Amino acid sequence: MLFTNPNDPPILAALKDSLFVGLIAFLVFAPISGMVLDGYGFNSHLERPAIMAAIVFAGRFIYQFLAGTSFGKNLIAKFAASKAKPGVYVGQSDGLKYLKFILPVLFIACLILPFFLDKYWLSVATLAMIYVLLGLGLNIVVGLAGLLDLGFVAFYAVGAYTFALGSQYGIGFWTAIPLAAILAAMAGGILGFPVLRMHGDYLAIVTLGFGEIIRLILNNWMEVTGGPNGAPAPNPTFLGIEFSRTAKEGGVPYHEFFGVTYNPAAEYIFLYIVLFLVVSLMIFFFSRLRSMPMGRAWEALREDEIACRSLGLNHVMVKLSAFMMGAMTGGVAGVFFAAQQGFVNPTSFTFFESALILAIVVLGGMGSVVGVVLAALVLTILPETLRTFAEYRILIFGILMVGMMLWKPRGLIRIRRPYFSRGDSK
Amino acid sequence: MDFHILGQQLVNGLALGSIYGLIAVGYTMVYGIIGMINFAHGDVYMVSAYLTAICLAILSYFGMVSPFFLIVITLIVTVFFIALYGWSIERIAYKPLRNSPRLAPLISAIGVSLVLQNYVQVSQGAKTQAVPTILPGAFRFGTETEFIQITYIQVLLIIVSFISMAVLTYIIQKTSLGRQCRAVQQDAKMSAILGINTDRIISTVFIIGAAMAGIAGVLVTMNYGSFDFSVGFITGVKAFTAAVLGGIGSLPGAMLGGIILGMSESLFSGFVNTDYKDVFAFSLLVLVLIFRPSGLLGKPLVEKV
Repeated sequence: MLFTNPNDPPILAALKDSLFVGLIAFLVFAPISGMVLDGYGFNSHLERPAIMAAIVFAGRFIYQFLAGTSFGKNLIAKFAASKAKPGVYVGQSDGLKYLKFILPVLFIACLILPFFLDKYWLSVATLAMIYVLLGLGLNIVVGLAGLLDLGFVAFYAVGAYTFALGSQYGIGFWTAIPLAAILAAMAGGILGFPVLRMHGDYLAIVTLGFGEIIRLILNNWMEVTGGPNGAPAPNPTFLGIEFSRTAKEGGVPYHEFFGVTYNPAAEYIFLYIVLFLVVSLMIFFFSRLRSMPMGRAWEALREDEIACRSLGLNHVMVKLSAFMMGAMTGGVAGVFFAAQQGFVNPTSFTFFESALILAIVVLGGMGSVVGVVLAALVLTILPETLRTFAEYRILIFGILMVGMMLWKPRGLIRIRRPYFSRGDSK
Repeated sequence: MDFHILGQQLVNGLALGSIYGLIAVGYTMVYGIIGMINFAHGDVYMVSAYLTAICLAILSYFGMVSPFFLIVITLIVTVFFIALYGWSIERIAYKPLRNSPRLAPLISAIGVSLVLQNYVQVSQGAKTQAVPTILPGAFRFGTETEFIQITYIQVLLIIVSFISMAVLTYIIQKTSLGRQCRAVQQDAKMSAILGINTDRIISTVFIIGAAMAGIAGVLVTMNYGSFDFSVGFITGVKAFTAAVLGGIGSLPGAMLGGIILGMSESLFSGFVNTDYKDVFAFSLLVLVLIFRPSGLLGKPLVEKV
């Protein structure tokens, strides 16, 4: 650091270093959080940056001080990223032994869960499931194929609007699901085909631009999409049986058909169950896909594109398959979102939504299905329970994203299959 | 076609374009040196808009009214603080990721972008902020009804951005620091062997990029007068478009791309449709990346094993 002298005793060096860091922190925090604009004037709240700088100072000092002791050194080594032994060796899979007992129990628990929830928590659970689906879709693109897609929300929007706008032309819930999947996959294909040939980073920006184009068109093309007011989406039906109290012309409401008493939550319970079955199917599908040649090709391409190409893999087609598969999942999620909300408008499809889905994939450990599912559940349910921190939600997401990249770029939860490791490469 | 409207849109486009050019410098230099899209750069620009407003508020609190001193002091203070932001962000979020997989710094940058936006939103409130007009008045050319108007602040904006670009070009082309920057850009490992402190050079590049975005922030804020915490995203993507258009990694390319983008965008909104001007800019980005990813002045990218 700047003012330290190699001959300083460790405590003095730590103190100087932390003072320097604290000063920088104060200067960085002071203008924005210390001087709050009020019209053309300002209100001074200099105590806020002072507190933040003091926290930074204390944290840095403790860290530096601990780093000097043997206890701290052990602690840091324990949390350090690389624990690999030198040499090439085959690692053990940490596949769970009791998985075949846990899975059916979980499956049944999730299936009967909606009957015990009130309407609010049912909608939270449905939303969480939608994010699981979105996370799974983006996980293929980012986690497995290593393509950074920052416009994933575009495919989500395509799905949602397919259902909402299609309903005006007689497209029902069940037709909309495959139709949205096809349309979203096609959109992914059209976007991906020219772009996927290029250098990886550009893909992030192109998809970002594409996501914004879709949102702006939805926002401005008033005649078709309804603009900022959005478009209504109809209720889902089951084999033509409706879930409203009184059916439309010629329809039969479910309570008359089955001869049960009317429950206003039935529609949402039905939606949740269908969604849960779709999510389960996707999880099954994706975990199988990973060990198929296609999934292996995705991961191989992510690790080393040049090697794959020289071994004869068609890198554009492999990437395109991942991109379209992810887009398809996003489209299906969009249909459920539209059905659950009852209407769609462009504010649901901003860049922040893409970033949230990306945060789910990153926090879940890129490529891990279990991790993505858990991260989606945590990131959607936790903000509902911590309403007081609602305004800090994005801040915490951002810090988590940076922190994850710094300490655990492979994710918090990582269930590995047998793997090769070359420990000496570092 | 009305020539005064065309002329007016070209003037507006030139002003807008030189701003895009200034911000694009940050993208293009960082990309050139560590091959990473600094996603948080647009938000650094946004922070500088807030710094400008805060600085102006403090200066007018102390009773300063002279436009010259207001502008000069605001520029210096904002550039100092925003450079500090650029340096700290690089130090915290990117430097530890120097040798990690390609995706990691990009995701980290998105995290930084979210943090900056929300930090500003939480501390300053979500409402749109405004600054008073410092330099009112304009030059007018033409008749009473059909004229081209250039405000003084637009003139200042264009002059300051060209001066900053000239200074930066001088630094990069002629000074020892600039030579080191170019060396690291060409081959980081080799220049480290030859005794260049690559980490320090990379930090310097982030500081330069942030400073240029800071200058842009001051000028734009004084020109348009209003901003909020989300302006960084759209401006950032457009500036990135400018960088790609001019050829990423190329300094004159950034300015050229910025001016082309600014002019075509403002012609588009003047003669075609204002609602779709962002769609136009994004479509331009996608098309350039598809058909000419090396841009106008850039060198084609060759991937080495």
